[in-house]
Order: sequence, then C-alpha cells, then structure tokens
Amino acid sequence: MNKNSGNASFFAKLKAWPLLLPVVSLILVMAVNIIHDAATGINPLSFFIITLNETTNSGSILYGRIIDILNRGSEVAILALGMTLVVSSSAGTDISVGSVMSLAASFCCMLLAGYGVSSTNELAVPLVVGVLGAFLMGALCGVFNGTLVAYLQIQPMVATLILYSAARAIGLLLCNDLIVYVRNPSFAYFGSFTGPIPTPIIIAAVCIAIVALMLSKTSLGMYIQSVGINSKASRIAGLNSKRIIFMTYVICGLFAGVAGLVNSSRITSADSNNVGLYYEMDAILAVALGGNSLGGGKFNLAGSIIGAYTIQAITTTLYALGVSTDQAPVFKAIIVILIVAIQSAPLRAYFRKRSAAKALAGREAAKA
Amino acid sequence: MNEKVKSAKKLNSNTLLLLITIGLFIVLYVAGCAAYSSKGFAHLQTFLNILITNAGLICIACGLTVVMLTAGIDISVGSLVAMDCMMLAVGMEKGMGAVPMCILVLLVGLAFGLVQGYLIGYLEIQPFIVTMAGMFFGRGMTAVICTDQVSIKESTNATFYQWANAKIIIPFGGYLNKKGAYMAPFIRVTVIVAIVVLILVFLMLRYTKFGRALYAIGGSEQSATMMGLNVKRVKMMAYVLSSFLCSIGGICYCLNTMAGSVRAALGLEMDAISSAVIGGTLLTGGVGNVIGTFFGVLINGTISSIVKSNGKLASSWPNILTAALLFLFIVIQSIFAALRTRKK
Repeated sequence: MNKNSGNASFFAKLKAWPLLLPVVSLILVMAVNIIHDAATGINPLSFFIITLNETTNSGSILYGRIIDILNRGSEVAILALGMTLVVSSSAGTDISVGSVMSLAASFCCMLLAGYGVSSTNELAVPLVVGVLGAFLMGALCGVFNGTLVAYLQIQPMVATLILYSAARAIGLLLCNDLIVYVRNPSFAYFGSFTGPIPTPIIIAAVCIAIVALMLSKTSLGMYIQSVGINSKASRIAGLNSKRIIFMTYVICGLFAGVAGLVNSSRITSADSNNVGLYYEMDAILAVALGGNSLGGGKFNLAGSIIGAYTIQAITTTLYALGVSTDQAPVFKAIIVILIVAIQSAPLRAYFRKRSAAKALAGREAAKA
Repeated sequence: MNEKVKSAKKLNSNTLLLLITIGLFIVLYVAGCAAYSSKGFAHLQTFLNILITNAGLICIACGLTVVMLTAGIDISVGSLVAMDCMMLAVGMEKGMGAVPMCILVLLVGLAFGLVQGYLIGYLEIQPFIVTMAGMFFGRGMTAVICTDQVSIKESTNATFYQWANAKIIIPFGGYLNKKGAYMAPFIRVTVIVAIVVLILVFLMLRYTKFGRALYAIGGSEQSATMMGLNVKRVKMMAYVLSSFLCSIGGICYCLNTMAGSVRAALGLEMDAISSAVIGGTLLTGGVGNVIGTFFGVLINGTISSIVKSNGKLASSWPNILTAALLFLFIVIQSIFAALRTRKK
C-alpha cells in the first residue's frame, strides 16, 4: 500500500497482509483457550497436544483439541468454499446452505432407507446412489438459487430465503415427518475415521484441493472476481456474467450437499429440523472473518478456510466455557457485526481520515 | 409530462399486483369454503379465527412493509418475537405485572431496532447481514434468558390471562351448533390491536412526512438525498419502527400462545416477508402499502387453515406453500420490473 515510503515498516506490511484478520482471530481464540486452561489448572498447552488413542471399535485414532476442531469444522470449511465464490460473484450471501444441507441429508437417508422407513440397518440401494443423491439434491438447490439470482436478477438473500424456509419442510416431507436412522457402518464412514484420521478432515481437504486447483488451473477465479467487481463491464469484455454467477450458486449448493452428507453421517441419521442448523451463519461468518468483503469482488480462499476453522475454534471454546448450543449464536452474532462494522465504508473512511491527519501532523512536526 | 405517463403506468402494474393478491385471497377462501363447508369453514368465525391467530403477524408484517419500502429487509423479527415471548413468560413468572412487562418488551424492541437501524443507516452495512445477526442474537438471547418452555397460566398473571381470554362478541353472523345453541362470533383483544396498528401505519405512510420519505428513499436513494432528505436518519427510523411493531406483534403472539420457548415463532420472518411481497410490496423498494400486506397475511392464514381443515396433510405443507407463493410473486415482480425497464 505504502509505495512512496521506500522501506515500508514491518507494521505497514503486516497491515496489508490479507490474512491478517483471520490469523489474528485464530491466535486470539488460542490465547483464550490457554488462559482458560491455566485458570482451571490444566496444562496450559493442552490445546496443542495430539495423542494417538486406542479405541475398541475404530482402532487407534488421533485425539486432541486441534483434531477435534479440524474434524468438527469440516462442514463449515466446505460450506465456506462455496460461500466465498457466491459472495464474490454476486455481492450477496446464500442463506439457504444450512437448510440445503438438511434437505440433502434427508434425501440421501430416504434413498438409503427407502421411503417411510424410520430405521434401518440394511441399505435399500447401493451407498453410491445415496451419496450421489445428496450431491445431486445440493446441486439442484444451487440451480434453483442460481436461476433466481442470475437470470431473474432477484437479490441473492431474498432468493435464497425461499429455500431457507422451504428446504427443511421439503426434507421433512421426504422423510415422512420422521427422523430416519441409517445404522450401517458403510454410511457412518463419512463421519468416522479413515485409519487414525477423521474422514471429514479428508473430505474437507479434498474439496479444498479441488477448488484450489480449479481456481489456479483455470481462469474461473479471475472471471468470478471480475463479475463481482463490475458485472456490466465483464459482460462487455465478453464474459457471460449471468452464467458465472449461476455457476457459483450451483457450486455452493453442491458443497452444501457434501456438508449435509458428512453431517448426517456423523449421527447416522437425517433429522430435518436439526441438521445444518445455524450453519449458514457460520459459513457467512467464515467468509467475513477471512477478510473478504461481503460487498463482492476480490476474494481470498485461504482466508475463508482459516476463518472457518477459527469459527469452529470459537464454538468449541464457547462450549468449553459452558455456553450451550442455543446460546452460542449470541456471541457469533456480536462477532459478525463487529467484523462487518469495521469493514463498513463510513468507518473505514473515518479511520483513513484520522491516519491521514496523523501523517500530516507528523510531517509538519518533522518540518518544524 | 413523460414523468406523469410513466408514474401512471407504474401505478397500473402495482394496482394490478394488489388486485391479483385480493383475487387470490377470494379464490382461496371460496375454494376452502366449498371444500370444507362441512367442517364449518364457511362460518364467519373461521375468518375471525384467521384474524385472531394472525394478529401478531399483521403487526409484524406492517413493520416489514415499512422496512421493505426503503429497499431493506428485516429477518430478525421471528427471533425478536421469541425473545419477547420468553421475556413476558419469565418476567411474569418472577412476579412482574403485565403492564410493566409489556412496556419493557416494547422498550427492548426500540433498543433492538435502534442498534440495527444505526448499523444499517449510519454504517451502511447490508440490511440482510445486520438483521441476520439480529436474528441469531435474538434466538440466542432467548436461550440465555431461559432454555425451557415456560407457559403463562392464570396463576402466573391473572391480568395477562384475562387479556388473552377476553372475548369481544360480534352481534351478527352467528350460527347454531350441533346441539342447537347459538354460537356468537367473537374476536380477541389482539385483533383490535392489529387493526389499530394497520390503520395507523396506513395513515402514517400516506399522510406524514416520514411516510413519504420512506417511499422517496425506496424509489431512489440518490434523488432522496438530493431532495434534502436525511436518508440515514429515515432508514434508521424505519428499522426502529419495524422492531417496535414487531414487539407489539410479539405481545399479541404471546397472548395467543401463552408460552415462551427457544423454538417459538420459528420461520415467522418468512411468513411476514412473504405476506408483504404477496401484498405487492416490491423487494426493490418504493412500492407497496399495508392494505396489500394485510391481504398477504390473510392468504397465508387461509392456506394454513385449509391445511388444518384437511387434517391429513403433513405439517410442513403450509411452509412449502408459503415459500412457493413467495417464489411465484417474486417471479411476477421481476417480470414486471423487466417489462418496465424495457419500456424505458
């Protein structure tokens, strides 16, 4: 930023670093953990300890708070990938992801158990059909959202509000108003362990790798950003803006389907009312925490991913501090408002004015 | 001159939307009467019951209409209602009076709206983000107050109980029940509150400076600023009004359910938004009025009464149908908008 001053100070460089916000928040959360541990008399560094524990049914598995955060944060990380692209291309957020997760999970379990069956040990169809069903349902929801946003030009959040409320209801309908249990080890695999590593971590890593590859090997990332910065100019430059926005919603829906599969596999059931509850908030928070502007345009995928795990770290810490699942949103809401308030144009203008005044005063003092 | 022609055309398509809404309500209601007349759908009381169950929603949807006129949105209303109900239930259990608790709830509503309005008006943050945070904040605060379901009984607070159960008899339109006794149709206090709110908001939008400023800002924020309106302030006041009306609606809602729980009024924001949209309020701002919204609420109410009268349909159907209607009206709106820009 500070090009005219030849030897930019370390702080100026740090200030311009895009990952500043997520990394600082992550460090803050760790600090809270360490202090809390020290205060309650546990080894202050227990946050970082990873051990290999023997269990009776899954063999030896990795165990530790970091592993737990990485494991539990997988869904948010997966959702954050799609959400980052959506925010970038359309300057709006997809608030239906949590409900779409639930719908995909319900559809998957309905396929695996058969319609109207509430509990099963045997799969009614091959596992792969159920998994593809979840992905397909997610992508289908993405197509619906994308059509409304890109082709009918409805504000993204209003368009996704439709599925936000309807998807859970449709899921309940698919499950015949029941909670469908699929108690089969092959289905539980997605939420359990591969060797010593929790499978969700691997799934999240694969998704991240796919998106990273797609963005680095093709020019899709650049296209998305250019549409987000100015969709009219991009169209004139020869990009099909509408199709690009549409695609980001489909990708987002697809990842919501993946996250739904992982989430329902963890509990080996599809509970329409509770799968993915409040996840849209976490995903949006991850994007905002990652230093991305919710006003669209440039995005930073690494930031979103660190943001996602930071959210999970915050959630885990809140639970450790004795805050219940229902109460946790209060803190997240305050955090999201603080972040967006800091990013808001009037406040930034105010800070810029202040730092400019300071610099001016400094220069005048040097002259005198 | 050109302006006049344009505004006349705009008015036409908007009146058309309102007419579609009223027509849809009549069609739905007549269909309900025809299909379920044996279950008493045709009685005046069924219509009054729709009003009674949706009295809170009418107040909330009026607030949302005000906000949507400025091209904003408020999705925090559902959880604010949950918070109101919980505050009322817990407060009265702790021995507070009905009137002080209601005043407290209204004050909390004002404060809630003030914070949201400041963030949206003065810090220029997207309304959706702010009110979504408000939604989670409200729901979370409800859980902070109490995580159990708390119900209000006569023993908890006699005054509040009396308010909830007072019947206001209407002198006409009664019917004889199976035993031959005359059943007089009645409404509850909440309906009168809702109607008063509806009329006041209607008059405010039509005849006050603030009301006209809302339309101006929704039409074009830039021109409103150039006209010398204090856009930031008006926007903030819109959210304050929305949260305040939502609190009135919350009290009405609580008088209906007589309980507070974390899961109360889940998805109510959706009903309120869809009522306003179905009633012809444009999501892009500047167009709409509360009469349309009132009919939007009635349509929502009719759908759920039809589903209830049927008795065999799954409980999730009203949700899906409301979403489907919202979808339909949003698409109609966007088609109208596209036609209008093409004409220009």
